[in-house]
Amino acid sequence: MTTTPSKLEKIIKSGQYAVTSECGPPRNGNPEGIAKKAELIKDHVDAINVTDNQTAVVRQCSLASCIRLKLMGLEPVLQMVTRDRNRIALQSDILGATAFGISNVLCLTGDHQRFGDHPSAVNVFDYDSTKLIQTVKMMRDDGRLQGGFEMHEHRPNMFIGAAENPFADPFEIRALRLAKKVEAGAQFIQTQCIYNMDKFKAWMKEVRALGLHEKVAILAGLTPMKNVGMAKYMKNRVPGMDVPDSVVKRLQGVPKDKQASEGIKMLIEQIEELKQEEGVRGFHIMAIEWEEKVPEIVEAAGLYPRPSVN
Amino acid sequence: MIVAKPKPIGEIIDMIKDLNKVLVAGCNGCVAVCEAGGLKEVEVLASALRMHFMQEGKRMEIDEVSLTRQCDKEYFQPIDDQIDKYDAVVSLACGAGIQYMAENFGEKVIFPGVDTCFIGVTLEQGVWSERCQACGQCVLATTGGICPIARCSKRMLNGPCGGSEDGKCEISIVLGRDVPCGWHLIYERLKKMGQLDRFAHPSEDKDWIASRDGGPREITREDVRP
Repeated sequence: MTTTPSKLEKIIKSGQYAVTSECGPPRNGNPEGIAKKAELIKDHVDAINVTDNQTAVVRQCSLASCIRLKLMGLEPVLQMVTRDRNRIALQSDILGATAFGISNVLCLTGDHQRFGDHPSAVNVFDYDSTKLIQTVKMMRDDGRLQGGFEMHEHRPNMFIGAAENPFADPFEIRALRLAKKVEAGAQFIQTQCIYNMDKFKAWMKEVRALGLHEKVAILAGLTPMKNVGMAKYMKNRVPGMDVPDSVVKRLQGVPKDKQASEGIKMLIEQIEELKQEEGVRGFHIMAIEWEEKVPEIVEAAGLYPRPSVN
Repeated sequence: MIVAKPKPIGEIIDMIKDLNKVLVAGCNGCVAVCEAGGLKEVEVLASALRMHFMQEGKRMEIDEVSLTRQCDKEYFQPIDDQIDKYDAVVSLACGAGIQYMAENFGEKVIFPGVDTCFIGVTLEQGVWSERCQACGQCVLATTGGICPIARCSKRMLNGPCGGSEDGKCEISIVLGRDVPCGWHLIYERLKKMGQLDRFAHPSEDKDWIASRDGGPREITREDVRP
């Protein structure tokens, strides 16, 4: 039974693989930025995440961009980080999203602002991702704001998502932490980009041992590598990213002009392998500034056409 | 203790360069322990300033004093009858001491000689580390005696986040030094203590009213009032 009007939820509940992707808004006020990216992928994904000032770099706001997608008739996933807004602003944005019929939210804590283009900014972190999940659930199920106010109508009706990184440390608590997010109210999970398949499978084993795969839909996060440089950067400079040497070596093994297609090929192989993993309910394809490749990936992975649901 | 670090001397010179008679006032509390504002640091700073202005050929009288504390009124008494002689005071106390001196000496100009940084501990000689953010509602009983507010860069109550790697916080990459992941420490300690059940469920709500967010704080305790 579905709990919200979310198309993403309906597809997941139908037992079919869900496919999501994400778009980063522009670093200016261009009204077409997000729309252009969405046009490239809209027929090949079920929902489109809009990032919220990712890596703490100022961009057009996630909520405004999600509204634009909604007005285009698309299905946005509103990413919200707790880094920049306190509980007042977070709940206010949830209500604003509700007013525009947005029905998917991804609750995140967010990268530390020292990574971004305003390292001297104050950070908020009034809540963390788990608390944000609880808050959205309370607003939806109890019709209450954190302060106690009761909404008698127009409650947010959000399909609640969160992220999890199976590759961060300590490894043994990563499934436990997922359990906390599920207890808080998470209904779907988009994972950190998977490159270390063995570790991901080890994590899934623990997830299944805790029975979490039956309570939350896990969408495997995947990012195609464009070249060796990107692989090395992800390996060494992106916190919480686990890129095994074998991935770097495989890209190094092909000529430079073939590395991009090798990266795509690698990702399609991963999807095939992940389809065998019990509990994986879909794929979150993060083609960073490479959205035009999403249709090709989805088709090659046998995930096209996308199902239609009412 | 409250940990401070000496301000760059250039900054202090800039503050006092147009004056003629300045008192450098140390504090023998926390800032003496962290070697930023005690008797020794007063001597060092006063000598450096004298030398600087002598070389510049500028007449500048620098006196020194080290007070027991600058956060209690009675300890200002030794300078009560001398303060008028000075154009300004450079206080090496923490931010609280500097302000209390200003509050106690009317319109006297009081300059800060240190940057007050955090509540922390001495890890080894010359190395201090933050441990407490004075949030006003201690959670240490539930977190294995390690504070998530002070030691997690995102002050998460349900950590660690996805950026924790090899026991290090994600900001280690940009800082260029290893910052331990507070939640990794909490987890390891809870495990040792046999209290991992504390980690199992989402944390209680944090009420920031007791923290700075509730407005400037003041405590009145009738049990110890005269």
